[in-house]
Amino acid sequence: MIEFTFWDIVRNLVFATRWTVLLSAVAFAGGAAVGLMILFARISKQKWLRRFGSGYIALFQGTPLLMQLFLMFFGLPMLGFRIEPWTAAALGLTFYASAYLAEIWRGGVEALPLGQWDAGASLGLHRLQELRLVILPQAFAITRPPIVGFLVQLIKSTALTSIIGFEELLRTANAINNATFEPFTVYGLVAVIFFVLCYPLTQYARMLERKIPAH
Amino acid sequence: MGYSLDFGWLRDAAGAIAHGAAMTLFLIACTTVLGILISILFAAARRSRYGVLRKAVAVYVEVIRNTPFLVQLFFIYFGLPSIGIRLDPIVAAILAMTLNMAAYTTEIVGAGLDAVPKGQGEAAYALGLRPRQVFVKIILPQALKVIFPALISQVIIMMLESAVVSQIAVRELAHEADLLQARTFRSFETYFVVTLIYLALSMAIRRLFVAGGRRVLGAGVS
Repeated sequence: MIEFTFWDIVRNLVFATRWTVLLSAVAFAGGAAVGLMILFARISKQKWLRRFGSGYIALFQGTPLLMQLFLMFFGLPMLGFRIEPWTAAALGLTFYASAYLAEIWRGGVEALPLGQWDAGASLGLHRLQELRLVILPQAFAITRPPIVGFLVQLIKSTALTSIIGFEELLRTANAINNATFEPFTVYGLVAVIFFVLCYPLTQYARMLERKIPAH
Repeated sequence: MGYSLDFGWLRDAAGAIAHGAAMTLFLIACTTVLGILISILFAAARRSRYGVLRKAVAVYVEVIRNTPFLVQLFFIYFGLPSIGIRLDPIVAAILAMTLNMAAYTTEIVGAGLDAVPKGQGEAAYALGLRPRQVFVKIILPQALKVIFPALISQVIIMMLESAVVSQIAVRELAHEADLLQARTFRSFETYFVVTLIYLALSMAIRRLFVAGGRRVLGAGVS
């Protein structure tokens, strides 16, 4: 049997954390890209696009992330893709994040006075230019606190991918726990690591919230 | 290729799925009641005269909000037995869910309490009500009315997150799905059906709360 000292446990967990961080980053970037498209659908002039956007958001916000991950994991192979836990985790979290980001940004867009659209139109901008030059920069600026807040939620959500077999922090912890039988220490340390990742972001979100004047 | 969907297993599985859904509803019902009671206490403690109490609640809220629910669940179910606290899976699940939800609802309830104008309490005191009566009869109902939508959302988020308690073998909806797909080998179809049931549950809970809220707290609840 292999002996684990306390520092061995810490070292292994810290090493595994890079996968948690990487997955969070990939899901956030992917979620932002997909989320932007959902946002465009959600605020489109076309009724069926708006319907699609709000249906998409309601679907992802109204079902458990764990089920979404399972559907990715078991559903994609049916479409003929060879899928590994990493792909299922990254795709699942990307779609999950896109729904939340789109909804937050939509709130930002709708919080802007309608005069901003009118002003853009009176300058002769067409709709896409209005969005790019006038609306979105302001919407992104006022929604920065909730976006950072959602990033915290996303980092915490990566723990669920351990269930579909992705080797991140929590799955590594499960393996170490099976070897050491020290669940109190192991899961306590996992909590500490997640706290160290998330707490600064939470504080940052709070700081932004204080700095940005309410509309 | 050529995979065809098959829902033939559904007829025999309906009982198990219904049983799982009932367990999920039971868990969230317990959590809602306990969680809201605790968060009223904690929100009051956060505004008390005692600095220690204020600090303790603040630390609790930060720790829970900055760690994943699944880790909290594992810590409670697997970690606590090594210091002599052994819990039944269902008890562990309700404890973890309650502690998790209360960290969020404490903030919400607190914001509601702060939103009630000071004059309301002062007026009640002037009428000769005792402090507890002022809190329960004057402040709390007004605060609840303001925060009701936020509370409903939090309950639904917790209901959806409760799917992970399947990992400590509580036989709720997600766990029934795990068992079913292991038996039928129809993984995608099983999780698809169960996901739709979660969606229906979250819509039903919202309707139920809005209707109940209108009746108890009066009009203007959305």
